[in-house]
Amino acid sequence: MPLEKQFISFYTIVRKGVIRIFRIWSQTLLPPLVTSVLYFAIFGTILGSRIGELDGVPYILFVVPGLVMLSVITSAFMEVASTFFFAKFFSRNIDEVLVSPTPTLVIIAGFITSGIIRGMLVGVLVLIVSFFFALPSVAHPLIVLLFLFLSSLVFSLGGLINGIYAKSFDSITIVPTFVLTPLVYLGGVFYSIHSLPPLWQTLSLANPVFYIINGFRYGFLGTSDVSIFICTAVLLLLTGILLGVNWYFLKKGLGLKQ
Amino acid sequence: MNEPALTIKNLEKTYASGTQALKGVSLEVPSGDFFALLGPNGAGKTTLIGIVTGLVTKTAGSVSVHGIDIEKEPEWTRALIGLCGQEINFDPWMKPLDVVVNQAGYYGIPRSVAIPRAKKILGDLGLGDKMDQIGFRLSGGMKRRLMIARALIHEPKFLILDEPTAGVDVELRRSMWDYLTALTKQGITILLTTHYLEEAERLASHVAIINKGEIILAGSMEEVLKTHEGGTSGYGGGKLEDIFVKLTSEQT
Ligand SMILES: Nc1ncnc2c1ncn2[C@@H]1O[C@H](COP(=O)(O)OP(=O)(O)OP(=O)(O)O)[C@@H](O)[C@H]1O
Ligand SMILES: [Mg+2]
Repeated sequence: MPLEKQFISFYTIVRKGVIRIFRIWSQTLLPPLVTSVLYFAIFGTILGSRIGELDGVPYILFVVPGLVMLSVITSAFMEVASTFFFAKFFSRNIDEVLVSPTPTLVIIAGFITSGIIRGMLVGVLVLIVSFFFALPSVAHPLIVLLFLFLSSLVFSLGGLINGIYAKSFDSITIVPTFVLTPLVYLGGVFYSIHSLPPLWQTLSLANPVFYIINGFRYGFLGTSDVSIFICTAVLLLLTGILLGVNWYFLKKGLGLKQ
Repeated sequence: MNEPALTIKNLEKTYASGTQALKGVSLEVPSGDFFALLGPNGAGKTTLIGIVTGLVTKTAGSVSVHGIDIEKEPEWTRALIGLCGQEINFDPWMKPLDVVVNQAGYYGIPRSVAIPRAKKILGDLGLGDKMDQIGFRLSGGMKRRLMIARALIHEPKFLILDEPTAGVDVELRRSMWDYLTALTKQGITILLTTHYLEEAERLASHVAIINKGEIILAGSMEEVLKTHEGGTSGYGGGKLEDIFVKLTSEQT
């Protein structure tokens, strides 16, 4: 397929995904906003006034980046995992693109791009909502954008693996609840790992989300538990690994063919 | 274009579950033909079509479309084929026009070309006034016609229809057959599966009967009707129907 046609096909997949995101906005965009408002109100305003400052900033400013990331990660993941799963299992409309000359790599890129768009869109919306609770200063806007993008990418790729493997809708909801949320909570959304006992500090370093939250927080506050270069490197490494895994599925037929 | 539209050699398929759906099938569909692939439920028709269209992986054998091997040049053969599958499989939340225009997109056809073309095809198939209605509100027969429209949007040379008339009323079925016959006059090859044997007898110029993963009869319709006994069961139906029942029950 010539490159120009591949692009038209890619655009078609992404366009379909984005239209869907906006059509069912009450399922795709609204829930993270509602949850975030609750978090900001409770942890930021109500509890935050008792906690005072952490790492030299008001508590709400400390928690906002982590809470934004929680929404970004789950949205990107769910977008790809659930659309892929539904296209495969319910109406089986994934066949529409499978019978076409569109290369598998373009199909993957299309699904991933929809996930990135939803992840980043939710991230920006939640950030806007956070302005009502406290106006965060943005020390490094480009780092903020970079981490929004990279974490959406990483978790879209993760969502695709989940969508490929899922045999029932349960296996789609299990990962966000039992894997993503704990990783985010334990990744230092609410605390600096310096306040943890040494063992837990070390364990936190094995949690990839720890680097995402710290890198993202660095973009706002200009301070972080670990160096921003390490955070970026971890994300790039994760992207590479997940791309590799998806590439392998791609060669095997994406788990789509009987 | 003297290459057959479809050449299948010793095709075998064993599903992961262990079911042997195709046991060495060889078949040739001449270019420009109206070809009927018949067989009882579970004979392996949909499996065969799945392999040709790239939805199912084969276990052994080879398939080429207009002389091109589907494994060596899948992007070429896929562009030549239009598939109207057995199961309704468009996104039920989308409007017919969007379903068809998106399908064009997967073949690299820009929206500016696809939209007028889709409107024309949907109109020809009697869906002109349903183009902007949400997909799941279409009736069963309308959904079928939408599937056909979707299969035609990229102007394939080889149209594969897996039971396109299931659940379609008599009148519509007849207009659908007229539409399909007109397509073959434009040089499009049609491979069709159906359980309406009388219609297959009247329309198809070649026929193959598959049973339990094996071809038990293949040839031109004329030949088949001439050389086989039939028409004695007293069930009405056509001669082909009697031949079909006789052959497929013999094998058990
Ligand atoms: N995905 C699958 N996994 C395992 N076995 C399958 C699968 N799809 C089909 N089969 C089996 O393969 C055989 C052939 O099925 P196929 O769908 O090709 O038949 P068919 O001729 O299209 O039948 P029908 O007229 O009912 O549509 C059947 O025994 C069926 O149970
Ligand atoms: Mg079938």
